Amino acid sequence: MNQTSPQSATLPPEEVAKIARLARLKLSSDELTLYSRQIGQILDFMNVLREVDTSGIEPMVSAVPCENIFREDIVIESLPRKTVLANAPRTDGKFFLVPNILG
Amino acid sequence: MTLPASSTACAGNNGLDHWSIRELGQQLAKRELTSREIIESSLTAISSRDSRIGAFLHVDGDRALAAAQASDERRAAGQALGPLDGITISIKDAICEVGQPATCGSRMLKGYISPYSATAIERLLAAGAIPLGRANLDEFAMGSSSENSAYQLTHNPWDLDRTPGGSSSGSAASVAARMVPGSLGSDTGGSIRQPASLCGVVGLKPTYGRVSRYGLVAFASSLEQIGPFSLDVYGAAALLQAMAGHDPHDATSVNEPVDDYLSKLDEPLKDLRIGLPQEYFGEGLDSEVRRIVEQAIEVYRSQGATLVPIELPHSKYSVATYYIVAPSEASSNLARFDGIHYGYRSPEFTDLESLYANSRGEAFGPEVKRRIMLGTYALSAGYADKYYVKALQIRRLIRQDFDDAFQKCDLIAGPVTPTPAFKLGELVDDPLAMYLSDIYTIAANLAGIPAISVPAGWTASGLPVGLQLQSPVFTEAKLLRAARMLEITSPWIGRLPPTLS
Amino acid sequence: MKFDVIIGLEVHAQLQTNTKIFCGCATDFTPDSPNVRTCPVCLGLPGALPVLNQRAFELAVIAALGLRCQIAPFTKWDRKQYFYPDLPKGYQISQYDLPFSFSGLVEIPADPAVAGEENALRQVRIIRAHLEDDAGKNVHDESGRGSDSQVDLNRAGTPLVEIVTEPDLRSAREARLLLEEIRLLLLYLGVSDCNMQEGNLRCDANINLHIHHDSGLTTKTPIVEIKNLNSFRFLEQACEYEIDRQLKTYGTMTEIHDRTKRTYGFDPARGITFEQRSKEEAADYRYFPDPDLVPVTVTREQVAHWETLVPERPQDRRRRYHSAMGLTPYDASVIIEQGRPFADFFENIVAHGADPKQAANWLTQDIQRILNERKCGINEFPVPAELVGLILAKVSEKSLTLKAAREALDLLVERSEEQSVSAATLDQIIQERGLAIVQDDSLLKEIIQKVIEKNPKPVADYLGGKPAAAGSLLGQVMREARGADPQVVKGLVTAALDALKFADS
Ligand SMILES: [Mg+2]
Ligand SMILES: [Zn+2]
Repeated sequence: MNQTSPQSATLPPEEVAKIARLARLKLSSDELTLYSRQIGQILDFMNVLREVDTSGIEPMVSAVPCENIFREDIVIESLPRKTVLANAPRTDGKFFLVPNILG
Repeated sequence: MTLPASSTACAGNNGLDHWSIRELGQQLAKRELTSREIIESSLTAISSRDSRIGAFLHVDGDRALAAAQASDERRAAGQALGPLDGITISIKDAICEVGQPATCGSRMLKGYISPYSATAIERLLAAGAIPLGRANLDEFAMGSSSENSAYQLTHNPWDLDRTPGGSSSGSAASVAARMVPGSLGSDTGGSIRQPASLCGVVGLKPTYGRVSRYGLVAFASSLEQIGPFSLDVYGAAALLQAMAGHDPHDATSVNEPVDDYLSKLDEPLKDLRIGLPQEYFGEGLDSEVRRIVEQAIEVYRSQGATLVPIELPHSKYSVATYYIVAPSEASSNLARFDGIHYGYRSPEFTDLESLYANSRGEAFGPEVKRRIMLGTYALSAGYADKYYVKALQIRRLIRQDFDDAFQKCDLIAGPVTPTPAFKLGELVDDPLAMYLSDIYTIAANLAGIPAISVPAGWTASGLPVGLQLQSPVFTEAKLLRAARMLEITSPWIGRLPPTLS
Repeated sequence: MKFDVIIGLEVHAQLQTNTKIFCGCATDFTPDSPNVRTCPVCLGLPGALPVLNQRAFELAVIAALGLRCQIAPFTKWDRKQYFYPDLPKGYQISQYDLPFSFSGLVEIPADPAVAGEENALRQVRIIRAHLEDDAGKNVHDESGRGSDSQVDLNRAGTPLVEIVTEPDLRSAREARLLLEEIRLLLLYLGVSDCNMQEGNLRCDANINLHIHHDSGLTTKTPIVEIKNLNSFRFLEQACEYEIDRQLKTYGTMTEIHDRTKRTYGFDPARGITFEQRSKEEAADYRYFPDPDLVPVTVTREQVAHWETLVPERPQDRRRRYHSAMGLTPYDASVIIEQGRPFADFFENIVAHGADPKQAANWLTQDIQRILNERKCGINEFPVPAELVGLILAKVSEKSLTLKAAREALDLLVERSEEQSVSAATLDQIIQERGLAIVQDDSLLKEIIQKVIEKNPKPVADYLGGKPAAAGSLLGQVMREARGADPQVVKGLVTAALDALKFADS
């Protein structure tokens, strides 16, 4: 079961940092090193897929063959504001609050 | 009303071998037992056992007792709602119920209370089922061992040093440890079947679209389904019966009639053709698991089934395919956890971007971060075609394999996991090895077909091993009947985990 | 040195649905009550799932057909991923590679300053129109004290149709004209109220210049996208400023290697564009198909049906009013730009017998005056178009003078306060007030005879050689014979007096 790849396969730390920024994840330098190695190995493992000829194969986005699922344009009561804000880390009772975006 | 002695026995620890949904239902119907007693019995079991098992994150006994009273009143008035009325279940803490926590096993959602209910929960409530508590899981359903829960480890009731599997760890363990007779889990790549197998209970992943996902906190939307755990096949069938069917709140729930899963459950299937994929019995399969699975298949042969060798040539790509598709979707599904509208917000930030990055960096555990990173990479400019699109193409080939195979057989049988329950801590530093433990379960999620894990036997050291059966889309009725054929011949319900005594 | 201005627009219009695009929350405008139009779906709560609003899809299709777009037989939904507090899911549900419509065309008058001639037309190609959900609203503290920003999600999930044009516009003026034309079109189609104050129509402008140097060399300035312009004036101003800025920055450069597309904002207070906090890396939206939604397929029959719901476009009406009805292009535009109910009212008047030019004058002057006084729109005008048409038809047949017609209209408006007015009311008013032109000469002659008998003094004066004395007689006859044609009366009075003169002599 231990089919893991050689330790040499790493994703360059700058790539890891770039993805982390895109995903808005603060990583410690230890995490950066760890993920560089682990994601490198996993991606290396993914390379097995290259051996499959997939030319002309339609990507399978979903397992259901459904199409044209709609709802009617009928109003359903919204949640009370109190409920809406109940789980928010910071509010003024009316709005969600976030640190000044322009700042 | 005085109760017959047998029922009080049932409600206590001595009655654990009568703790299946079918038997509880029968006793309720015969008025040998009340729903209140079931809840009390569950609460007693939880208080005496769960400190060792760690299945529950949250228990709401008062609410359950109130529901039990309502159920008992219905029954007294001759208005019982069906086989689940008065029966209690645990709920994976990623399936939302109004007023209840839904931590998803993550620090991110510590203290979060859902303002709405999942459709599956609403339907179970309508059937009289009583949710008792929230079951532990690997964070955001990512994991196979419970070790990714931010809150606690769940231990396998058959061997406390071992994993119950995951990600529906608490669901499986709560049933195996006879704390509740049934549970709801979710299965994205095996998260119901693998823990069911490792804990010796029944676990079913329905056809994609059979059960509404509305209210299931999304990990990988195109792969996952809510499904039942139960000690008995009947319980799984009853739970599925209550939940299945079209839901206008879920555009991917299919508007296909729901079969009657219960009425013919005990009738063995005739002329059954069981497909045996050579790929499932190759290298990497533990010899004891192989023996137990082959014995189970022999049981079918002895009941007249034909065994058909089949091929699933692309199954060897399923792990790699899955670990591109699932993290890609996860990277997007988990973007909403940003510390703005709900969930954890880091106290340390200098601007909006650092608020996001710190909140997410601090609140997500390593496996969640790893998968978000992986998925972000697989979808990012320049890599999407090489990884994401390529994986979806192979996904179609995997589905095609099943379609071809089901031309030759009615069901596909094989192992659920390559090994019995591994030790907690054993694979925690090797994510790839952990991923490979999903090797037999993942393909059903990619293809969207239903699959069940039914207990097949025990290893020499007393660890349960499940048999996996897979069948064409929307043939859960057949799947359940086939599972029942094994259950009837090998009455394992009475076998109790040694930790309970 | 010459240069060409190259502008393309991305127009966002809110569709006029009752509910949001993926949930049942109402879309009414509630700026004073933040966060009261939200539910698990549009809040992006864990576990919630979107389901497409059928009406939103249909309105979007009608918009696209109005833009003469092709409708795709298969379309799907994609997630566009970025983090922002007004975007609770962490992604926008939009359409990436398979939008529901593509390849349209809108025609606007070309800017004469660019086209070099009056009345030239500019064909603006539409690349695509797609459907997506709107974000919420961030309210920033602009005091500079760095207080928290507030987030209101009432708007989150409102259906938008995004219309993307080719860079076919050649001046700031043309950019404005196009946005105006698209607004008018969407209004006529009834798919959006295009209320710009409420942010229901806004656009981004992509601008660059092709500079032709005297050396024969052409340089291209890097494209700037000016975001979120929410008025016609701002659009035009922003484009003008940006053209100027690019000219100053790049005008003398003989080589421009920079190909980076930049995002700018527009500051209306200072009238300038400014670069928004530049991102260190190019945006990577990681589009992928939304696994929570299923594709939409559209048949030819459906498209044919939706085609029938597309009314005559303003552009085509304008042309018809000019060519078939004889209005000046200016008058045609004035009516059309008042909106579809106004133009429909106009056509209704004409259909009931009014002369088109007369009808246009009446609508834009008399009726507009009444509407202004009553502070209401044409839909609330109390006199039905058929009746207005009837009045003007009487003018055309010369059975009412224009002055009497105006009086009749005013009276109809007045009466409408108490009762609903009809053709019978009109007849009654004409009767009561004697507004009808009196066609019967013998009746007039009788009146004239009476007036002459009662007024010996002016008659004697007239006969005594003072022609002006006929004026007072004329006035009295007109008063008696209301609605008579003054020219006819004048002739008859003169004739009667002259007959006396000859009788005397
Ligand atoms: Mg857009
Ligand atoms: Zn909503």
